[in-house]
Amino acid sequence: MKRFAYTRARTLADAVEAAGAEDARIIAGGTTMVDLMKIGVVEPDALVDITGLGELRGHELGTDTLRLGALATMANVADDPAVVRAFPALTESLWKAASPQLRNAATLGGNILQRTRCPYFRDTAFAQCNKRVPGSGCAALDGGETTIHAILGGSDACVAMYPGDFAQVLVAFDAEVETRGPGGTRRIPFAELHLLPGDAPHRETVLEPGEIVTAIEVRRIPAMARSHYLKARDRESYAFASASAAVGLEMDGDTVRDVRIGLGGVAAVPWRARAAEESLRGGPLTEETAREAGRIAFADAVPLEGSAYKIPLGADVVAGALLTAKSRPGGE
Amino acid sequence: MPGRPPDLRRPGVSRRNFLQGSSVAAGSLGLAVGEARAQGPAMSAEARTIEMRVNGKTRHVSVEPRTTLVEALRDGLGMTGTKIGCNQGQCGACTVLLNGSRVNSCLALAVMAEGGEVVTVEGLADPDGTLHPMQTAFAENDAFQCGYCTPGQILSAIACIEEGHAGDEAEIREYMSGNLCRCGAYPNIVAAIVQVRDGMEG
Repeated sequence: MKRFAYTRARTLADAVEAAGAEDARIIAGGTTMVDLMKIGVVEPDALVDITGLGELRGHELGTDTLRLGALATMANVADDPAVVRAFPALTESLWKAASPQLRNAATLGGNILQRTRCPYFRDTAFAQCNKRVPGSGCAALDGGETTIHAILGGSDACVAMYPGDFAQVLVAFDAEVETRGPGGTRRIPFAELHLLPGDAPHRETVLEPGEIVTAIEVRRIPAMARSHYLKARDRESYAFASASAAVGLEMDGDTVRDVRIGLGGVAAVPWRARAAEESLRGGPLTEETAREAGRIAFADAVPLEGSAYKIPLGADVVAGALLTAKSRPGGE
Repeated sequence: MPGRPPDLRRPGVSRRNFLQGSSVAAGSLGLAVGEARAQGPAMSAEARTIEMRVNGKTRHVSVEPRTTLVEALRDGLGMTGTKIGCNQGQCGACTVLLNGSRVNSCLALAVMAEGGEVVTVEGLADPDGTLHPMQTAFAENDAFQCGYCTPGQILSAIACIEEGHAGDEAEIREYMSGNLCRCGAYPNIVAAIVQVRDGMEG
């Protein structure tokens, strides 16, 4: 690992200032940062440790909102019985991610910013990676291995997939991210946090230098109680999603009043399947309409040879998640 | 069967302490560790000496910012019980308890553990050499073959019960999935955990 300077921020203002320096990075749980530093993908000159900032810890399930501190760990929230009851999809997305050891260390603020698992991004032996070295090309698109790449939201410059699970729930339920940066505090709709790769895949979020995620907030809505996160993967546990769906339902008798669908394992950024939602709203939820919603969710998919399997798999996952959510008790 | 009731209350292991921070208002909970280590040279890449509690004893170790916790334990303190496997947080061989929670020590920077409490496999047996019940159970169930992943498996197994995630064999397998064994000793590892779990109830 390249040598770097290390500093422990005592206040949020200190952290913002220190993290704004060129080639400085924030570290909290470290599960992504230390990994990427070891393999030479990220080589900061300075790390700013924010784990001492008490105001970024903890989470609170209120009457109207679920507020998650940026330093709350994945395990903290996944194991909280009150959140498990109120918002199954959110806790399922957390405990189906990573391993217990990683969930104990990884923070939610860091989790939403985790980097792609594209093998060409992670292996510096490959010269071509527009995300790692802007303008160098894309080894995946040049005939490389494409089984874990994006079929939605990719571009001619990059087909790397956003790998997380938690973010799919946040995008489906209109979460907001609270940040503190050189320009003060701001709230960013979660759907606007991540940038599509376009012709600048190295720019992954709208965060500015020195801007720190301080909290994530989700408004409590009826569809939370009847929610589910379904994750299809190569093995039973501890694997990234081949395709996943975070769904929520609010039913009015047999009619769908509100429906939320976030897709994982298939897109360049956390993905909201709005057309699929629209197909269901105001109508009945049956196996037939659920399957049709699954097909609509992938209508615009652009598969590569290795990633084409994600289209039928993803459609099945969407349908399965919807039907499981429907079978859940919906009362608050 | 274990000859005495299992005692999982080792240094730094407190029941349900993984729930710290849950259901509290953001900002109302500050862990002592974070506050105690607020001093220190700003922005330095140089080696310096940090203090940690390791297996109940205060230890000092010289680390650079880039030194990982497993390197500080093995190279700095000569405690080679904790193993380095994949070195990428994927295999679990380096699992230790840090402030009561199991973590991959290969992905933890030692400087960030300053002032913290670490439990390694060396801290499990009693001073007189009596093995921890989980160590005994692993031996009795042949829960290891080459033995390389065993220290991490044992720490993770203890944490699995402590966290309340050893309800049935499926749950044990799920919550042991961060520890890989290339020999395939999984059935025996699960049996060892079940034995210690049931010993606690008896």
